This record gives sequence, structure tokens and C-alpha cells, in this order.
Amino acid sequence: MRLTLRQRQVLWAYAFLSIALVFFVIIRWYPALLSFNIAFRDWNTFKGAGPWVGLENYAAIWDDLWKPRSDVRAAFTNTLGYVLYGVPAQMVLALAVALLLDRIRVLSTLFRVAYFAPYVTSAVAVAFVWNWLYLPQTGLLAQVFDLLRIPEQPFTKSPDQALASIAAVAVWQTLGYSVIIYLAGIKQIPATYYEAARIDGAAGARLFQHITLPLLNPVIVYLTVLSTISFLRLFALVQNMSPQGTGGPLKSTTTVVLEVYRKGFSSYDMGYAAALTVVLFFVILLITVVQLRFLTRRFEY
Amino acid sequence: MKTPRLLWILGCLTVALLGVVACVAPGMPDAAEPMADAEPEMVEIEYWQYNFEARVLAMDRLIEMFEAANPNIKVVHNADVPYAEYRDKIAASVPAGVGPDVATLFYGWQTVWLDADYLVPLPEDAFPKAMIDDEFSLLAQASFVDGTLYTIPTAVRALAMFYNKDLMAAAGLDPESPPTTLDELASQAAACTVRADNGDYEVQGFVVDLAAQDHHWFREVLVRQFGGEPFSADGQSVTWNSEAGQQAWNYLLKFKTELETGDRDLFDGSTSAFLAGRACFHIDGSFRLGTIANNAPDLNFGVVELPSHNGVQSTFGSYWTHGITQKGASDPARLDAAVKFLQFVTSDEAGSIWVDMVGELPARLNAGSDPELLADPKLGAFAAGLAYAQATFFVNEPDQR
Repeated sequence: MRLTLRQRQVLWAYAFLSIALVFFVIIRWYPALLSFNIAFRDWNTFKGAGPWVGLENYAAIWDDLWKPRSDVRAAFTNTLGYVLYGVPAQMVLALAVALLLDRIRVLSTLFRVAYFAPYVTSAVAVAFVWNWLYLPQTGLLAQVFDLLRIPEQPFTKSPDQALASIAAVAVWQTLGYSVIIYLAGIKQIPATYYEAARIDGAAGARLFQHITLPLLNPVIVYLTVLSTISFLRLFALVQNMSPQGTGGPLKSTTTVVLEVYRKGFSSYDMGYAAALTVVLFFVILLITVVQLRFLTRRFEY
Repeated sequence: MKTPRLLWILGCLTVALLGVVACVAPGMPDAAEPMADAEPEMVEIEYWQYNFEARVLAMDRLIEMFEAANPNIKVVHNADVPYAEYRDKIAASVPAGVGPDVATLFYGWQTVWLDADYLVPLPEDAFPKAMIDDEFSLLAQASFVDGTLYTIPTAVRALAMFYNKDLMAAAGLDPESPPTTLDELASQAAACTVRADNGDYEVQGFVVDLAAQDHHWFREVLVRQFGGEPFSADGQSVTWNSEAGQQAWNYLLKFKTELETGDRDLFDGSTSAFLAGRACFHIDGSFRLGTIANNAPDLNFGVVELPSHNGVQSTFGSYWTHGITQKGASDPARLDAAVKFLQFVTSDEAGSIWVDMVGELPARLNAGSDPELLADPKLGAFAAGLAYAQATFFVNEPDQR
């Protein structure tokens, strides 16, 4: 069989692309699917494969969910807390920063790099730097507060402030990514719309409300979905900013993923941990579908 | 439309993979590999412990001596894993079919590791029960489960109180009469604390740090001194939820709330504060002597037995112990090498090296009751504590903290 030049090119393209696919299937899908299997088993991490127990792990999670002080209940309420604090803060701040960055010309690259740098920094490094900033007495924030005669705050050391303190770091870390996406979206809006609106006498807030915001809708939907997912999967920051990585103080910062890790590798109950990941998977799926369904709007101009 | 087709392909792949997963339920990795019958061949065994500088150096030395005496055995020493991740890494190594043949573990983890069939019983002929009973510290009895010995320690340790002589002198206290009762500890710690005008701590009298050793101090010492018991006899229920527990807890809290003698969040915990010469009193194990010798050799400090209260003297006794894993026992030559290695690292000779380098007292009574050791101004307090030390029976150590 003789292939045309174009067919051969396409074949080569598939050949190269398939390497990534194979990697994806073996390294990500296969283990992910295994966890569905493990979730149905009484699986001790030390012993490996255990007997099939049906829905027992899920039943255990369900029971724990309704115990007032269980780790899993704390994990789910905190994770919801991170999303509720983090996502709106991130969306609003990133949009504000993007609009400002869009205005400036001088040093604009420098500013973009500054905002983007945390995003490409390892979460562990970020966590340690912020641990130092948050330190009582010797930390930078404590010293600034001292100068301003504001009482020092316990931040991550207090069960009341810890979650918000970590959420703030998570927002700071991922802000740059949202800013870049917003900037790209803003650049896409044709200048003619603004010009036409100005001729009709619109200005400032009205331009923003009726042109910028509606036309950014696809970007906003995309970023909301992505940042929601990233907050639902929060792990490294909490692991490194809570005392001994326990999600404390008093379980006030633990997340679902952290509990997965602790159940699987500290309590050696891999079945329970796998079931918890499956639950998280469906929670993320559900939230994403709902967001895509209700946030997407079409605006025609 | 491209998207539906792509989804369809992805869906098929997923279903196919699920099929594979369902059919080929992953089994235990086959650990046992057929082994050649050669006798004089080199046997390699892998030994793991967590990363603690003094222990690593001491073990390196022991391994060197062991290999010199057993030229056909090579011991691979893995001590790269930090304490916080040690248990997790061991757990993760099992399904991967790798990991140690001989592992060092905290005695409190034994229950959970045995539930998982991770450790094998130590051969009775190499480690007879009578020898453990007669020649090892009483604490080592916790290594027997239903009469079977699973692990054996090189050293045991107890808690005692470290005090910084220079800081005491600077505060007008007599550095030669450190606190001997809980009340004295409270008053001396308050006297020793120095704060700046804005309330910042410059010298901390005493730092309560439950993330360090103070959780042991609370359970096995304070609760008993206030008239309670920390756990039920079978180790299954917590019994410090009592009047005595409340009083013990209030005593701990007082240092933070009322006396304001320190904050564990400064200097990254009480140990660092003491090492940095910023804390007067500190409760810790004898292993800290090794840390101080390595990191703060100029610290002018002393060690006394833990303060008593209501006439009750107590301390927490514990030990790190060595066991042979399923992997180590899967092959006769390796098991043989592992047993020899364990016999060596739990010998009198190893105990003497260990106490010099790490500061933990030899588990062997012979080496542990060395008069020179008991007379040592620093080790003496720990050695004296061993006589009345209480070891918690841990059902699930991390959860019981």
C-alpha cells in the first residue's frame, strides 16, 4: 500500500503523539483506575491486595462524615472552606491585577514576571517561606505588626486563623496563572467595541460591566473551574504549613487529599484512602459539571 | 464533530483498562526469588533507620566493624528518610517489593507492623528468651508479643531534665541546685525567663512542647504524679480524661498562660531553643546528648532526673528496636546474615559504642550497669531513671500521641 506524503506525515504525527498518550495511560490512568479497585477492598498498605469488601469503605466514610469530630468531616468542611475563601478571592484579585497590568507599558514584563513567579515555585518552598513570614515574634509580619502597634497575630498557630492564613498563601501562589489567562482574554476583546461605546457616551464602569466582563465570560468560567479544582486538591501547602503535617491545629486546616495521604500511609488503610479519592473524584466531577452548566453564557455583539 | 469521537475513544480506553484492572487484580509482589545455593557468595542485606545524625554515624561504625568480621556479608545502610516520613516510606516500600531486610522501629509501632505481618519472629536459638530476661533491660520485655520475640534493641532511653547553667546563673539561680519538684520547676522557670519591653522572649524559662517529648512527660509522668493512670491495663482505653489528668494538664498550661515562660513556636520548638542557649530547662531523652555534642558543643548544661511531685518519681522509658522483615526472611542466606547482624548490633560491644556516640544507654545490663556510666554526670540521671521508667503500651502510636 502506498501512502501519500500527507498520510505519511499524519502517521508520523500520531507516532510521536502516542508516546505522550502511552505515558499518560500507564502512569496516570492505570494507577487512577486501580484506586477504584482498591476502594472495594480491605487493603492494608503493608500487606498489599486484600479481600473484596464491597461498599464497606464507602460506608465507613459515610459514618465518619456524620461524626462531629472525625478527621474526614473536618477534611470536607475545611476543603469547602478553602474553596469558598480561595476561589472568589483569586478570581477578583487576579482580574484587578490583570486590568492594572493591561494599562501599564513601562516595566510591564517585570511586573508580569513578579506576579507569575510564585506559580512556578515549588509549593514546599512557598510553604517554608510563608512559615517564616508567619512566625510569631521573629517573623516579618510579626515585626511589621509591632512597628504599626498592631497586636501580633498567631496565624497558622491558631485554629481560628490557620485555614484563612493557608488559603491566602494558596491564592498568592496561583494568582499569577489566573492573571496571565485574564490578560490574554482582555487582549482578545476588539478595541472597536470600546471605541463604539465611547462614541455612544459610555465610560469607566459601564464599559467594564457591559463589554469587558461579558466578553471575558469564557475565561472566567475556565478559571473558576480550574481554581475550584486546585483548591479541592490542596495538599502540599497544608502538609508543610500545619504542625507536623497533621492538618492541625486541631484539624482546622486538614483537607480531603491530606486525609487520603494520612489514611493510606500513616494508618495503612489503603482501601479507605482509595475510597476517599473516589469520593473526591466524583465531588470534583459534579462541581465542574454544575459550574460549566450554570456559568457559561453566550454574548453576541 | 471531533469532540464526541474523541470522548468515545477515551471512553473505550477507560472501559478496556477497567477490564484489565478487574481481571488482573494486583497481587502481592513475589518477594522470594530463587537463589543460587552458593555458600561463600556475598550476601547483601539492606538496613533502614530514620535520619538522626548521631545514630547514623554510630551505625556506620558498627556496620564497618560487622563487615570486617563477616567478609561475605555486605550491609547497605539507608538512613536518608527523615523521621516524619519514615513509617510512610517503609509502608510504601512493601507493595513495591523493595525496602529493608532489617529495619529499626520505635517499639510502639510493633503492634501495627505485626498486624500487617511485616516482621517475622526472631529465631529462638539465636535470641533465647532466657537471655533477654536475664541480660536485657526490663523495658525490652515489650518486644515480646504473646511470648514470641519480634524485635531486639541496641539501647534504651529515659527522659530527664536538661538545664542551662549559664542562664540559671544569669538569672540569679544556683546552677548547682536545679529544680527537683514540679513546684520548683515552675518558680525557677518563671525566674529564669527574660522578656523584652514589647513582650518578646529573650530567654525562655521552660517551653512546653507537646510535639517534642512533652507528650510522653504528660502521660507517663505528670498524670501519674497527680494520681492518675494514662491508659487502661490492656492499652485499649484512655484513662487520663480524669481529675488527675485535668490537674496535670493545667500544670502544663500554666507555663504558657499564667507564668508565660515560653512559646514552642519560637525557634522551631523547645529543642532548638535549648540548643540555641535560649531556654533554661528542657525535658528530653538521653539521645539529645549526642545532638548537643554534635551541634552545640559549647553549651554549659547539666542533666537531672525529672522533677517529682506528691512524692511520685516517674519517667518515660522507650527504645528503638530492630526487627527482621518478611523480605529479609524470604531467603535463608539473607535471613542468616540478618540474624548475625542483629546479634552484633545488640552485643555488649555495640552497646558501649552506641552510648558513647548517641547517648542512649545500652539495652544490655552488662554494658548498661558499667559503674563509669552510672557515675557520668550527664548519663547518670538517665540511668537512674531507668529503674522507675514507665513504657506506654502503644496500640497505635501516632494516634495515641
